[in-house]
Amino acid sequence: MSDLLTDNVIFRNVYAFVVSGLGAEWAWLAWLTAGFVLVMLVVNAVMALATGYTWAERRLLGRLTNRLGPNRAGPSGTLQPLADAIKLLTKEDIVPAAGDRLIFNVAPVLMLASVLLAAAVIPFGAGAFVTDLNVGILYLAAVSSLASIAVLMAGFSSANKFSTFGSMRAVAVLVSYEIPLVMALLGITVLAGTMSLVGVVEGQHAPYLLVAPLGAFVFVTAISAELNRTPFDVTEGESEIVAGYLTEYSGMKFGVFYLAEFAALVVAGGVFAALFLQGWRWDVLPSYLWFIIKVGGFAIAATWIRATLPRLRPDQILAFAWKFLFPVSMVNVAALSVQRLWLGGADGALTSSDLWLMAAINWPLALVAVAVMGRIARVRERPVRIAAAGAR
Amino acid sequence: MENAFQEAVFWALAAVTVGGALLVVTQRDMLRAALALIVSFLGAAGLYAQMNAAFVAVAQVLIYGGAVSVLVIFAVMMTRDVPAANRGAPVQPAALAAAALLFAGLAWAIAQAEWTLLPDALPGPLEAVFVDSASTLGTLLLTDYVLAFEAVGVLLLAAVIGALALVRER
Repeated sequence: MSDLLTDNVIFRNVYAFVVSGLGAEWAWLAWLTAGFVLVMLVVNAVMALATGYTWAERRLLGRLTNRLGPNRAGPSGTLQPLADAIKLLTKEDIVPAAGDRLIFNVAPVLMLASVLLAAAVIPFGAGAFVTDLNVGILYLAAVSSLASIAVLMAGFSSANKFSTFGSMRAVAVLVSYEIPLVMALLGITVLAGTMSLVGVVEGQHAPYLLVAPLGAFVFVTAISAELNRTPFDVTEGESEIVAGYLTEYSGMKFGVFYLAEFAALVVAGGVFAALFLQGWRWDVLPSYLWFIIKVGGFAIAATWIRATLPRLRPDQILAFAWKFLFPVSMVNVAALSVQRLWLGGADGALTSSDLWLMAAINWPLALVAVAVMGRIARVRERPVRIAAAGAR
Repeated sequence: MENAFQEAVFWALAAVTVGGALLVVTQRDMLRAALALIVSFLGAAGLYAQMNAAFVAVAQVLIYGGAVSVLVIFAVMMTRDVPAANRGAPVQPAALAAAALLFAGLAWAIAQAEWTLLPDALPGPLEAVFVDSASTLGTLLLTDYVLAFEAVGVLLLAAVIGALALVRER
């Protein structure tokens, strides 16, 4: 608890401001205010970035597919998110008669909560974070796994076959890709020697994107699968199962799911920036701004991937996770562990030159691992019945 | 002040945990019962977090909240008549008696145990357990309890191979 008043800049300043205004006997109020301000700041920043990203992605997708994208509401269509919100709020709110009303209503809330909870451990500036958990990386995996519960709730409570199929596919993908994702996070833990995201950023003398390219590749691939981004968006495959678990949702409940999806990408960008891109570390720009630029870069790259790749079949997606991504992530963890034992000093810490040496070793290793595993996975792949793969 | 707040949080979490567990057995709807079980798991995770066991709390959410509960919900899917399947069965009285016996035994053990309160200032090694429980647990698992750790690894490997053998298409 004490680190709130020493390491956490925002909390410390708000606390000092209230105490200096009201006196020391109001310390409990200062404590509450500081916590409230900090949480409001982060939640609203994530929501604002997600809202902005709904516009940016559609404009960019339009550009990449030779269209205009939303350009009517406001200058260059920047007020489009507002127009969308008004449209969604005024739509009729439909709950399927055969469905379970309570679970149907709670599902979008749980979905958004799992995303916003993950934002709590991301350091977004020098000394700026909600909390510095020393199990931060594991916490990220834990709260994001709650999303699969929300998806199942949405799918089953809709009492609709397309919803159920969609949620089953979604959970199959979520469960399968959680393993390579956690393995990629494990590689970072080995490198940094800590699971605290604040500690990872502070110990990152060279971007881990360069030191552990394989880990970054596995992380980005697995996170796009977890977020149902296009090469992996079978859960909402319009041509097959209408809109998957979102089929029965309308109005603002659909809006909350939609926003949660974009907020999840923003949070994923924050995690990627913190784990692989040195987080907020740079002296030239203010750390907050630099962090947001990195998140924006991740988001633009994600949109680019979305516009480039076609959708895969469910069985291809699951085979890719188990036969390619999982072995490759094992190679990553094994290589990083051996290098850390070999190069780490007496306390196991890695200096900047150690990290650059590791980068020089790991890039060829990554290319070889991807080429070899790609070849093995391709030879072994047999056609699987889609029904059987989707049902798992 | 601090203590009153801590106690309020404890009672709220305890109410969530026990209330969720009660809903599991009283709800007719299987899906709702399964979801109540998740609420109970998360309440227990909150209790661990309050006891400064951050690693155990996060592991509880990851394993029980995120993985076991998905298995439970999938099992519910395979059930016929989900909205009313969670009703009484002939074994209910026996189960109730067994549960009551277990509860009585645990309550007796807890009441009999001699609880020692730790002093505010802990010696260094003990303090480290509370500050960073994850690395303490990791060190213990790879030194004092390495045999048990390896045995669990072999067990899990056997389970994975067994699962693959069961679902393999011939």
